[in-house]
Amino acid sequence: MRLTAKDWQGLALTAVLLGVAACLPVLTTAYWLTIGVTIAMYTVLATSWALFSGPTHYISLATAAFFGVGTYTTGLGIEHLPYWVLPPLAGLIGAALAALVGLATLRLSGVYFVIFTLGLAEFIRQIITWGQTVSGTKGIYVLTSITEAHIYWQLLGLAGLVWLLGWLIGRSRLGFALRIIGDDEEVARHSGIHTARAKVMLFMVPGAFAAITGAVLAPRYVYIEPILAFTPMLSFQVVIMALLGGTGRLWGPVVGVIPFTFLWEGISASMPNQTTLLLGVAFLVIVYVLPRGFVGLIEDARARMNRAEGYA
Amino acid sequence: MDVIVTGLLLGGTYALIAMGLNLQYGMARIMNLANGEMLVAGAFAAFWLYGAGQVSPFLTVVLVAPLAFALNWAIYMVFLCPLVKRAKSRGQLEVDAILTTFGLSFVAVGIMLAVFGGDYFSYSYLSFPVALLGGTYGANRLAAFVAAVAICGALYLWLNRSRPGMSIRAIAVAPDSARLVGIDVGRLAALAFALGGAVTATGGALISTFLTLDASTGVLFTLKALVIVIMGGVGDVRGTVVAALMLGLLETFVASVIDPGLTLAAAYLLFVTILLFRPQGLFGRKTA
Repeated sequence: MRLTAKDWQGLALTAVLLGVAACLPVLTTAYWLTIGVTIAMYTVLATSWALFSGPTHYISLATAAFFGVGTYTTGLGIEHLPYWVLPPLAGLIGAALAALVGLATLRLSGVYFVIFTLGLAEFIRQIITWGQTVSGTKGIYVLTSITEAHIYWQLLGLAGLVWLLGWLIGRSRLGFALRIIGDDEEVARHSGIHTARAKVMLFMVPGAFAAITGAVLAPRYVYIEPILAFTPMLSFQVVIMALLGGTGRLWGPVVGVIPFTFLWEGISASMPNQTTLLLGVAFLVIVYVLPRGFVGLIEDARARMNRAEGYA
Repeated sequence: MDVIVTGLLLGGTYALIAMGLNLQYGMARIMNLANGEMLVAGAFAAFWLYGAGQVSPFLTVVLVAPLAFALNWAIYMVFLCPLVKRAKSRGQLEVDAILTTFGLSFVAVGIMLAVFGGDYFSYSYLSFPVALLGGTYGANRLAAFVAAVAICGALYLWLNRSRPGMSIRAIAVAPDSARLVGIDVGRLAALAFALGGAVTATGGALISTFLTLDASTGVLFTLKALVIVIMGGVGDVRGTVVAALMLGLLETFVASVIDPGLTLAAAYLLFVTILLFRPQGLFGRKTA
């Protein structure tokens, strides 16, 4: 694999930025660390979401389902297994679940997929709640010595991994196939691409990463309940952040995650009842004002600047 | 026997709600994920009028239906028409419609939370028992079922016998060819969408006589209506009714035999089974 100067530049820049971000726990107060964890978490979720949904245009609302499965992997496994086994295990379970969902739905049209993924989190939640009623248990305690800073660093590492993977996929045959599928699925099928397999394989990426994120964050919650682990809001927030940033570029989602996290924190602190309204307005803004997200704005501005220079 | 009658009664009301969504998705080609919120709004109206002036929910319907019709017409014209015009393909329109109606649904929940608060609400109307086929059932459920059947029947006749009804079915089957025979597709799609909203809001007013709701339950009904529409076949009135009765039966069965907390899980399993084995719906023909 040959790397151009631009590739090296991008890799180095990402590494430096991640390095700077890693200093956050040392430099600032607990409040900013909390915000940092939230941003890192949504960066992982939104970026991995966009890896699948960006090229295929399938809107997945299964993030909460995978996340909850990851949380429960840690919750149930922490008594029996050492902690470091659990996130990778959650990743495997998430990927397997994603493969099943993908095999069942990705051959069908987009709407079915949306409904299917929206129902999935609710389905698993009802099953777990029912299991708890039958066995007579309530929630699960996750007591560890893992601190907020540890969680933050793990999530940063995970974000780096998502970007690296996304970049590698973009350069691979799979990435090329996906771009064709995104443009025209009919054409892709005719040129010999196994479209269903490509989509299922790619859908396993956000599945695995969301599950790992859930597993990593479980110690932060201390007490896990189905309603908390499978909150449907999470899926919608991830979709909005990714689309707000723009799914056309690997760095797009993070551009949406940072401002939206601050907006969300501000609104839920001052007007906690109006967060749903904010979500709704954000959806409308994306469709009518920013169909390509902030990335689109930035690229338009850049193109205009280049043109202006050309004339000067 | 108890389970079967309760299930059928519930299914009748579901049929009405799903019919609303079917008009919007099957005929107007807009996947309206804010459908459940329209239902909750209708229920709120019934609740509020009953609390304020003891107005019977069955009279409220007369007021709710035209209001919901106008509101949905406006929503279609303001939000969805531009999307229909700018969409290059069916897929593009679908994604845009999903995002927009999700947005509208959240906005509606936010507004209803702000106006009515987050509490559950219910009222007791016609809540005396009625003996039927050896069991006893709430009179409100029975009345809602009868009303739902009447409205479904009227809709079915209208769609099959009247000229605008047939035109609407024409645009559901072949929007491009419908234009060739002089049907104003844009106007009729708006009509179908508005009518669907009105039917759903009516269903909400009826269902509020026997179910407890809160501002954020809308999405559950959207999901159920979707399961019914897809199971019955998109754009198929007959299939919708059969599928709604099946779902009503299944939910009542699961709630009484296994656990009331699993009703949605059961509906979801049904949906998955349908997707895997009959994605075109019970009565649908294979298209692809």
